[in-house]
Amino acid sequence: MAESPFPACPLPAGFADSVQLAHGGGGRAMQQLIDGIFRAAFDNPWLQQRHDGAVFELNGRCALTTDSYVVWPLVFPGGDIGSLAVNGTVNDLAMCGARPRYLSAGFVLEEGLAMTTLGGIAASMAAAARAAGVYIVTGDVKVVDRGRADGVYINTAGVGEISAAAPVAPASVQAGDAVLLSGDIGRHGIAVMAARGDLGLETDIASDCAPLAEPVLALIEAGIRLHCVRDLTRGGLAGALVEVAQDAGVAVHVREDDVPVRAEVRAACELLGLDPAYVANEGRFAAFVAAGDAERALALLREHEVSAGAVCIGEVQAAPAAQVTLRGPLGVPRVLDLLHGDQLPRIC
Amino acid sequence: MKFREEYRDPAAARHLVRAINATVTRPWTLMEVCGGQTHAIVRYGIDQLLPDQISLVHGPGCPVCVTPVEYLDKAMEIARRPEVIFCSFGDMLRVPGTAGDLFAARADGAEVRIVYSPLDALDVAREHPEREVVFFAVGFETTAPANAMAVYRAAREGVRNFSLLVSHVLVPPAMEAILGSAASRVQGFLAAGHVCTVMGFEEYLPLAERHRVPIVVTGFEPLDILEGVYLCVRQLEAGESRVENQYARAVRREGNRPAQAVMGEVFTVIPRRWRGMGEIPRSGLGLAPAYAGFDAERRFGAAVPAADTAGECISGAVLRGEKKPPECPAFGVRCTPERPLGVTMVSSEGACAAYYRYRGAA
Repeated sequence: MAESPFPACPLPAGFADSVQLAHGGGGRAMQQLIDGIFRAAFDNPWLQQRHDGAVFELNGRCALTTDSYVVWPLVFPGGDIGSLAVNGTVNDLAMCGARPRYLSAGFVLEEGLAMTTLGGIAASMAAAARAAGVYIVTGDVKVVDRGRADGVYINTAGVGEISAAAPVAPASVQAGDAVLLSGDIGRHGIAVMAARGDLGLETDIASDCAPLAEPVLALIEAGIRLHCVRDLTRGGLAGALVEVAQDAGVAVHVREDDVPVRAEVRAACELLGLDPAYVANEGRFAAFVAAGDAERALALLREHEVSAGAVCIGEVQAAPAAQVTLRGPLGVPRVLDLLHGDQLPRIC
Repeated sequence: MKFREEYRDPAAARHLVRAINATVTRPWTLMEVCGGQTHAIVRYGIDQLLPDQISLVHGPGCPVCVTPVEYLDKAMEIARRPEVIFCSFGDMLRVPGTAGDLFAARADGAEVRIVYSPLDALDVAREHPEREVVFFAVGFETTAPANAMAVYRAAREGVRNFSLLVSHVLVPPAMEAILGSAASRVQGFLAAGHVCTVMGFEEYLPLAERHRVPIVVTGFEPLDILEGVYLCVRQLEAGESRVENQYARAVRREGNRPAQAVMGEVFTVIPRRWRGMGEIPRSGLGLAPAYAGFDAERRFGAAVPAADTAGECISGAVLRGEKKPPECPAFGVRCTPERPLGVTMVSSEGACAAYYRYRGAA
């Protein structure tokens, strides 16, 4: 193997030789990559918050987050890479309990990208920013040779202000908390898979891509004891719950029958052998709230269109620590764990 | 499409469990043949609903698990050739050969594409006449008809840059091999419903008679499996050994004749090596002489049988129904989906993966 031109970075034993797609799949491989490479190299107290963004003091408490968007196709039912790039970062700030304020946008463009496509993406980002009440205040553009990117990649970063008194983070989750889900799951992942056209699926499933700050801030402003919120992006509901259970050291118990999945999403998942609990969402979150506030929180969430279908799906208990169990339709519980990488359609 | 309402109904499940409890008087060991059934059993906790006397052991019906290592090595060797676009079902990409898997080959620059049907691979061949397009044809009688159809169409249309790397296997000979093994505990089978959708169930009649074992053609939903168990136990308690069809909504006695016809046209029955089970006579399909030109092993060299370096992995015994995943000392400790020692931990239909995914490492 050729010697690396970079400084030495000791890798944990048994680490993969090269980056594979599973390392970006939102499962265990990605967790290992982040812990083994990035957390090891950048270690600091803010990274230890292990949340969707970092929270720190800067003339008041702020949250900072960043995310890159490489979705293909660029346009899919219910959204496009532009709206996704704004909403994804807005939502990561909201999950820190922050009011999103300012975003940056970095573009990597492939030579040959149609100017109308780029203009459309910018217009979509502008509309999403208006809807979320944020401004895109700085940016960057790079153009690479044809073939060295897939049309356009976007990175956005965002800052937001925090008004909540108690930290909204996994460490605040406690036994007895109710687990709320903001609506039906699985639409974004299935919509994007279907839009790629290689499944031969004809469906009108649209992505749930939407900004989530308003319902989350409504909970905080109403004085709901909101302990943690997590959006259900890569890795889906299962990934989000497992991460929170691990980081908080608690048990999360979920009733599968109470998790809403639309019939067409369920049908697509059955055909492909996918579990909707692991399919990506872009407009859904799970909220951990004190049990006594659960009913009031649900009522507040249901006042907002993006969380009109909010339901209680389970509760937090002390044991077994760091584990998520799902009670199935026949009443038998099973363990919900992180997958290695993406779910793969089965053979038969 | 309805799923839960009809076939996952808790009241109906309780009713079937009561019927099983009322029928069973002695211990019985049943094998569900198909990996899809294994996953449903572990996912819904069906084994935990059954009385203690009934033990379910898991069968060899995981297409990924039984594909021998030399075909994975051959797949990677072919995929790494610059002129090749290698197409496969996604599930095969994570299965380790002697060195690495197809995902790793892809990360190294091989053009490996996930397709959802062999006909998609044929489309790739039409779109890239300058490339060699190879499809990895694995699986049981369920996947064989579509793979046969892809070759049949390629032949009729004269698509010459298309070939199959064939590692097809057949279910009844594997059941026969399990019944003939001294270590086998199996007293009744839940046969794989989808395989019978294609093949019907006439070929199971002599098997049931010769080995005096009840065979119940069974579906994949929780109520299907519970009913399959009930029918099988009812036969065992009565000393019967018939073939019964629980999955009548999908399976006819004669199966799907057009699908069988295209399989018969393109493929011929040959001996095959199974990972974990060794060579079984007349247990697989290869391309028939008239279609031998579409055989990737002819174009790129034959797969040479390689030794399974199983080490402490017991996947062979798991696939033969002799052991269950948690009986393995490495399970969840030295063997996980990230660092699998054997294929049954890799495949989404593998028994070890099912236990790990739905019951955790403990």
